[in-house]
Formats: sequence, structure tokens, C-alpha cells
Amino acid sequence: MNEVSTEAGLILAGILFMLGLISVLIRRNIIFMLISVEIMLNAAGLAFIVAGARWAQPDGQAMFIFIVTMAAAEVSVGLALILQIYHQIKTLDGDAATKMKG
Amino acid sequence: MTELLWLIPALPLTGALILIATKGNLPRAIAGSIGSGSVGLAAILTILVAIDFVSKGQQPIQQTLWTWINVNGFSPGVALYLDSLSLVFIFVITFVGFLIHIYSMGYMADDAGFARFFAYLNLFVCSMLILVLADNLVLMYLGWEGVGLCSYLLIGFWYEEENNGYAARKAFIITRFGDTALAIGLFMLFTSLGTLNIQEITLLAPDTWPISHKTVVAIGFLLLGGAVGKSAQLPLQTWLPDAMAGPSPVSALIHAATMVTAGVYLIARMHIIYELAPLAQTWVGVIGAITLLIAGFSALTQFDLKRVLAYSTISQIGYMFLALGIGAWSSAIFHFMIHAFFKALLFLAAGAVIYVLHHEQDMFKMGGLKNKIPVIYWTFLIGSASLAAIPFITAGFYSKDQILWLAWAGEKGNFWFYLAALIGAFVTSIYTFRMVFLTFFGEEKTHVGHHAGSLMTVPLVILAVLSLVGGFIELPHNMGHVTVFSDFLSGVLPDVETRPGVDAYEWLMQGIAAVLCLLGIYVAYFFYMKREDLRAEIKGATYQLNRFWFSGWGFDALYDAVIVRPYVYLSRVNKSDVIDKVYNGLVTISEYFHFVFARTQSGIMRWYIMGIVIGAVLILSLGLMMH
Repeated sequence: MNEVSTEAGLILAGILFMLGLISVLIRRNIIFMLISVEIMLNAAGLAFIVAGARWAQPDGQAMFIFIVTMAAAEVSVGLALILQIYHQIKTLDGDAATKMKG
Repeated sequence: MTELLWLIPALPLTGALILIATKGNLPRAIAGSIGSGSVGLAAILTILVAIDFVSKGQQPIQQTLWTWINVNGFSPGVALYLDSLSLVFIFVITFVGFLIHIYSMGYMADDAGFARFFAYLNLFVCSMLILVLADNLVLMYLGWEGVGLCSYLLIGFWYEEENNGYAARKAFIITRFGDTALAIGLFMLFTSLGTLNIQEITLLAPDTWPISHKTVVAIGFLLLGGAVGKSAQLPLQTWLPDAMAGPSPVSALIHAATMVTAGVYLIARMHIIYELAPLAQTWVGVIGAITLLIAGFSALTQFDLKRVLAYSTISQIGYMFLALGIGAWSSAIFHFMIHAFFKALLFLAAGAVIYVLHHEQDMFKMGGLKNKIPVIYWTFLIGSASLAAIPFITAGFYSKDQILWLAWAGEKGNFWFYLAALIGAFVTSIYTFRMVFLTFFGEEKTHVGHHAGSLMTVPLVILAVLSLVGGFIELPHNMGHVTVFSDFLSGVLPDVETRPGVDAYEWLMQGIAAVLCLLGIYVAYFFYMKREDLRAEIKGATYQLNRFWFSGWGFDALYDAVIVRPYVYLSRVNKSDVIDKVYNGLVTISEYFHFVFARTQSGIMRWYIMGIVIGAVLILSLGLMMH
């Protein structure tokens, strides 16, 4: 495999994170917000892998497994919550959930 | 017997407490008996204690009941001190008080607040007794405040009528000014002498201050301030005419015989201060002289029977202050005692007249009662004669004459004091008999309703007898020189000296006074019986003066303009409370910022995320800038 420089990897992780972040901020649909959070998680995971490869340690890989596990759990809980919210406000528009206003 | 001294104030207090505790549920006869009986028992005890006191050569009796306060060596006790001065006062208070209680059983018989009345009266008698029996000034101040409270309660007794409440409050607030002056005087006394025990003050004061030292003069003036408040002298005299809103027995007891003489008692008791402060003593006399003239002229123009008597009281207490001012201590006390008799008589008799005329108080609507209510007429006439000081036969002559004589002949006497007192005597005679002629002579304008029972007339008779014979215990030098009264007080109060070479003029002075008294009666007779038509002419010509004197020389208007209006204006301006505005301002500002920041909590999740992101960016950039 070709050597990929650490900087490139980290830059990629950073760009992915930014994309995910902007996507969370822009999207109105709650499910798309969740997907964007996934992207951010993946970006963080990628950063760990790159760092692990740089130091030639398996810790980065271990962290990535943690992150993926956590992401799975989080998605299931998140989807359950989204279902509940949909039950309440009958729409998937994130801006409609303003009961905590003021 | 003298160890029962404490019972004398305790008995009326018990009566008051019983009547308060039973809240008016007792039958009238029992409530009245408790009320009158407690004072009657106190009167009997007074006589027994007096006999014991005199037989032991007038040794002062001190009885400490318990220590009231004990702070750093300052320990006034609840302690009673009986000497001849306080004995005279408790005799008058219990005896005249008892007669007034009996009278009230008749006068207030139809009133709903019968038991309440007697409770207040008993409480008053107890407070007044404490005032005169106290051996230290702190306990005396307790009595002082107590009588002020009871005066308020009794003036406003018929509280459903709004004006009575105003009169009661007016009395209380005006005497408050005096009380404050008195309190400051007490503070100064304590800081200088370290004690408020009266006997100790009398011993320490001459050693502490030289004559006319500024501290003792200040204390003298402050005590005078307290005295003028309670005794309704200039400048605090405006409450007494309005205090006539209370029932007549109240006017008789409080505003004639006892409470208004508390100032006289105070000054006589603290005579040592006034001997060390001649300026203050002169001013006592000046205030007395001016007040007696002002009140006398005001009494000439009144139409309400009780208001004439109120102004008359102010005037006669002016005589007592005048006597104190010229150093004639025992004369002032003698006049106090005689005045208590005839003024209480006059108020009770006036009350009886008002009672039989169904609460008609306007003299110009009375008349022709001479034959209809003979007992009341004769007792009223005797009281008026004593007030006007008709020569030889009335007690008032002996007491007032002594003051007149000493105003001229005394060492500290002064021609102006004498002249004021003389004019005052003339005016007294006129307004007194004006009152008699208008009320009892002429045609009957209001008819007599129900007659007064013996409960009301017997005390009148007893007081009338005293008003006639009470004076014979003190006859002037040239008429037998009986000095029973002044000898009795000589252990407590200093004697008065006369200027050399004046004794020859005594007959002349008495003659002048007697002539003026009779002339005054004739003047009243002339204008109110013989030539009534002239009255309208004179009134028309002097209308402004008449109105001025009628309003008490404009003092009410003066105080209204100078004190009441500015105060009301300030409270209206400050209605929204300027200081509060500062704190409310703080609240308003925080509320404003609260609303501004609350708008950031829109409930929209994306905004919150944006907030987090912005925060993270700021911190990261800060971190980067640091390195």
C-alpha cells in the first residue's frame, strides 16, 4: 500500500468533520441531522486511525472500534427518540420542536 | 399602714384589669362598683396613709417594690416615694377621681361602652398615681406616657364619630412633642448626674452645677417643654379645647383636675433644677403669664359650654405656671388643689346641664334653667364663684389671691407678671359669669328633658362644699395668717420670700383684685342680662378680633400651615417612595437584560448547536493565539 502522509489523513478527517458539522447546522430534517452526526463520528474515527498509523500503535484501531460501537448504540437510541418526537409533533422538521423556548 | 402604699396605685390597676378581662360582660351595677370601688378604696387608703404620715412627723416614706432595670449600675426600681407633695396630689387624684367615678355611673348609664369607660378611667387613675408617687424619673415617665395613652383612649371614647378620633390623635401627637423634650431632658440629666432618682438628683445637682450653668438651663427648658405639652400651655395648648369631644367626666378628671397638672407636678418636683437655672424659671413664669391671657380672651368668645371651661383650664394652669415661675411653689400647689375642686365641679355640672338638655352644648341655646335644675344651678354657681375668686367666701379667692400677691411682692416677682395676672383675673370673672348668665338666666330656649339622678348630683354637692371651704387652710398674712398648707409642704418645697417693705400694701392689692372680680361680674351682667342689644353692635365692630380670639389666637391655623401642610405635601410627593425607585430601577434593568438574553433561547436546536460551534471556534482561536 502507498504511504499516505499523516497530514493528508488529518486534513481529510478535518474536512470530513467540517462537512458533517455544516451539514448538521444546515439540515432541517432530523434524520439528516443524525446522518451528519455519523459523518462527524467517522471523521473522528479516521483521525484516530491516522494517528495510530503514525505512531505504529494498535491504540488507534482500538479507539475506532469503540467509536463504531458507540455510534451504533447512539443511532439506535437516537432513532427511538426521533420516533417519539415524530409522535409528538407529527413532522420531521427540527425547527418545529420549540417547546423549550424562553 | 404606710406599707400599704403600693396598694394605692395597685387597686385601680386591678379594677382596670378585671374590667378588661371580663370584656363588658358584667352587669352595669357590678362594673360600675368595681370601677368606683377600686378608686374609693384607694381614697380611703390615702387617708389612712396620710394619718400615719402626719403622725410620724411627715417622714418621707420610700417603698421599693422591685428593681425594674439593672444595667451597668443604672437601676431604677419600681419604687414609690411619699412625701407631702405627692400626698397632696394623691389625695386630690383619688378623692376627686372617686367622686367623678360615682358621677360617671349616672352619666354613662345608658352607654354601650360602660365597662370599657370604667376600665380606661381606672387605668388612668393608676397611671397618674404612679406618675406622682414615682421615686425615680423613669417610673414617672411610665406614668406620664400612661396618662397620655388613657387620655387618647378616653377622648376618642365615642370612636364611631370620626371627629372624636381626630381630637384624640391631635391630643396625643401634640403632647408627644412635649414628651420628646422631656425624654431628652432625662437623658441629659442622666449623663450629667448618673442617676434618675429624684432624691439623689436633689442632693447632687447643687454640687454638680453652678447657678445658670448652660447644662442645667438646657435641662430646665427641656423639662419645661415636657410640662407645656401635658399641661396645654403655650405653644402646645391647641389640643385641649378639641379634647372636649370626650365625655364630660373625662374632661373633669383628665383635663381639669389631674393629667393637665402633671406638668405642674414635674416642675415642682424638679424645683432644684429651676433654682439652679433662673432663666428657665423666668420662662416658666412668662409662658404661664402669656398663656393665661391668651386663653382668657379666647374663653370670652366661645359659645360651646365645655370649650369655655377648657380655655379656662388652660388659663388657670397658666396661673400655676406663673406661680412656679416666681418661686411661689406651695402657692402653685395650693391653687392646683383648689382648682381641681372647682374645675371638676364645673365640668361635672356642665355635663349635668348637657345631659338634662339632651346633649345641647351651645350656651346661646340654653337659658332659664335656674329654677328648673336648682341643685345643678347652685353647685355650678359656687364653682363659678370660686373660679372668679369672689372675695372671702370662696376657696378660689384665697389661692388665686396668694398668687396675685406674690406676683407683685415676691422676690422674683415682676410688675408685668402681676399686671398679666390681674388682667387675667378680670377676664376670668367676665367669661365665667357670662357662662352662668347665658346658661341659667334669661328665657328658656331648650327644655329640660330627664333630670339628673343623685349619682350625678351628690358628687356635685360635695365638690361645691370643698370649693367653698377648701381655701380656709391657707389664709393671707393680714387675715389671720393661717399657713397650714404651706407648712405642710415646707419640708419638700422651698419657701417664697417677699421683697422688703411690701407688707403694708397687702390690703390694697387684695382690694384691687376684689374690685376687679366684682367689676367683671357686673360687666357680664351688663352685657348679657341688661343691655343685650349692645352685644350685637360690639360684635359687629370687633368682628375680626372676635374671630381671632375664637380660633384660639390662630394657633391651629399656624400649625396647619407650618407643620401639617408641609408634612402632607412631602408624603404625597414621596408616595412612590424615592429610595424605592433606586431598587426598582435595579430590578427593571435586570429584567431588561433577561428579556434580551431570553430571546436567544428559541428552542430551535440548530441555534444551540451553532452556539456551541461558535464557542468552540473562539476557544480554539484563543488557544492558537496564545502559542
